[in-house]
Amino acid sequence: MSQLTAAATTTTRTAGRPAFGPAVEITRLRKAYGSVVAVDDVSLSVAEGEIFGILGPNGAGKTTTVECAIGLRAPDAGTIRLLGLDPRADRDEVRQITGVQLQESALPGKLRVGEILDMYRSFYRHPADTGELIEALGLAAKHRAFYQSLSGGQRQRLSAALALIGRPKIAVLDEMTTGLDPQARRDTWDLIEGVRNRGVTIVLVTHFMEEAERLCDRVALIESGRVTALDTPARLTAQASGGKQVRFRPSAPFDDRLLLTLPEVARVDRDGADVTVTGTGDLVNAVILTLAAAGVAAHDVQLDSSSLEDAFVRLTGPRPQPEGV
Amino acid sequence: MTVTTAPLPKTPPRAAFGKIVLNEARLAWRQPAGLAAGVGIPVLLTVIFGELPKFQQSQSSLGGLTYFDVYVPVLAMFATAILALWGLPVPLASYREHGILRRLQTTPVPRAWLLAAQVAVQLCLAVAGLLTVILVGVIAFGAPDAKNPAAMVAACAFGTAGLFPVGLSIAALAPTSATASVIGRLTFVPLMFFAGLWLPRALMPAVLRDISACTPVGAAVAALQDSMQGQFPPAAPLLTLAGYALAFSLLAWRFFRWE
Repeated sequence: MSQLTAAATTTTRTAGRPAFGPAVEITRLRKAYGSVVAVDDVSLSVAEGEIFGILGPNGAGKTTTVECAIGLRAPDAGTIRLLGLDPRADRDEVRQITGVQLQESALPGKLRVGEILDMYRSFYRHPADTGELIEALGLAAKHRAFYQSLSGGQRQRLSAALALIGRPKIAVLDEMTTGLDPQARRDTWDLIEGVRNRGVTIVLVTHFMEEAERLCDRVALIESGRVTALDTPARLTAQASGGKQVRFRPSAPFDDRLLLTLPEVARVDRDGADVTVTGTGDLVNAVILTLAAAGVAAHDVQLDSSSLEDAFVRLTGPRPQPEGV
Repeated sequence: MTVTTAPLPKTPPRAAFGKIVLNEARLAWRQPAGLAAGVGIPVLLTVIFGELPKFQQSQSSLGGLTYFDVYVPVLAMFATAILALWGLPVPLASYREHGILRRLQTTPVPRAWLLAAQVAVQLCLAVAGLLTVILVGVIAFGAPDAKNPAAMVAACAFGTAGLFPVGLSIAALAPTSATASVIGRLTFVPLMFFAGLWLPRALMPAVLRDISACTPVGAAVAALQDSMQGQFPPAAPLLTLAGYALAFSLLAWRFFRWE
């Protein structure tokens, strides 16, 4: 774990263009509800134009972090800056430049999509064009539909539209794709990428690893109110996975030590006729060439590369298993 | 910290309030329970009572007035009371329950604007309800003609001002819209009893009439009754209503929970 904690401190990444500061800068944030510490010590910095993921198990403090960041809650300690502005002291300005999608936020069922958009549009100084927005979100046909008649995916897309209608510089999306079917989720991902391509900085709270892996430039893993890892999804995965795995069925018996002497190989496990080799680097070539040199062919070779999901499970440790206690 | 140099338009735009009111009005129209309870029922009762021959006979027990005459102010305040105690708090509690107030808090618009818009819409309904009851009563069924519109406006204004803060307090304290609905109706029924919906105030035993004078709807009915006979209402009911307005405004302001 020590290498992972070290990784959490490498928060800086050179932004693609000269920025006059990070879009979001959270320094030593702390927030408790009574005696329950929701956020213990969170620091992170999001570059302009970045899609930044906040991952973590339920109750880890993700939502509280985000709620403090957008000024919905007052932090107990620490500072927050959104493009240099304090979300509470510069409240009016911050609300003009941020667009927020909250978890568990409904709208009146008997209002039409167009009426809701029109109202939210009037809140902002430089709003987006409603027609373009609902076209991009695939809601144009639903313009006159009542909110109550929308499917879960359509409601999420409307919620996204409301987060974007003020043409925010920073969009904060909390569990945006929860409850969506796979197709709607993929459509939403395309949408988020499209928004980022227009220069909007996006903070994405999610518990879908696939989503973070696909969308996020960097990911912060929050656990028990602290950032326990912060890096690109690829590096996070590589660090946490402990390497790759190759599975194969050997054509002839061989001694495990043959492979264990290779620098790339960490472990050799056998399951019946199958052999699983765990290691790093150019593992497949090293294993197959060594076996070939010993006159052993490897059949049915399969390479398992770890996903962010594996990394997440490793990083956050085993889930409490009721029957295991 | 702000690096703005050019003067920015006032935030949030004032037109936004109009849009919120418009949408609240649409909701009141599309979910017409409030419209039915606050305008439909009292107006319907006014017409039914107006058509009952027994209600149109002068009663010595009522000081020469007819039952209909004493019911018009009761039904007018029925309209105001049901909208203040039930029509107003139920949507407000639901907006809190469903995170609508919270969602609004992330926009440049103050969330209090949604409360104000809801009060404005329910006030319009209440005025429509009580005005229709009085106009139908006076014009169609010969209830006492005011001849003193200033007195009537004062009675109606104090009655409304005394009742709406009670509804705001229900919205402040009820955790969900379902609870708000129950509390609203449970408050409405005894208040309407003391207002004379089942037994006209003039026929109540002295102790009930004294209690009635201390309740907001009872005081409002007494004031409106006086004003409909051309007298400016005495200070007592108006002061009672002003007291309710002040006390419950403070209560609502102090205890309103946004989340």
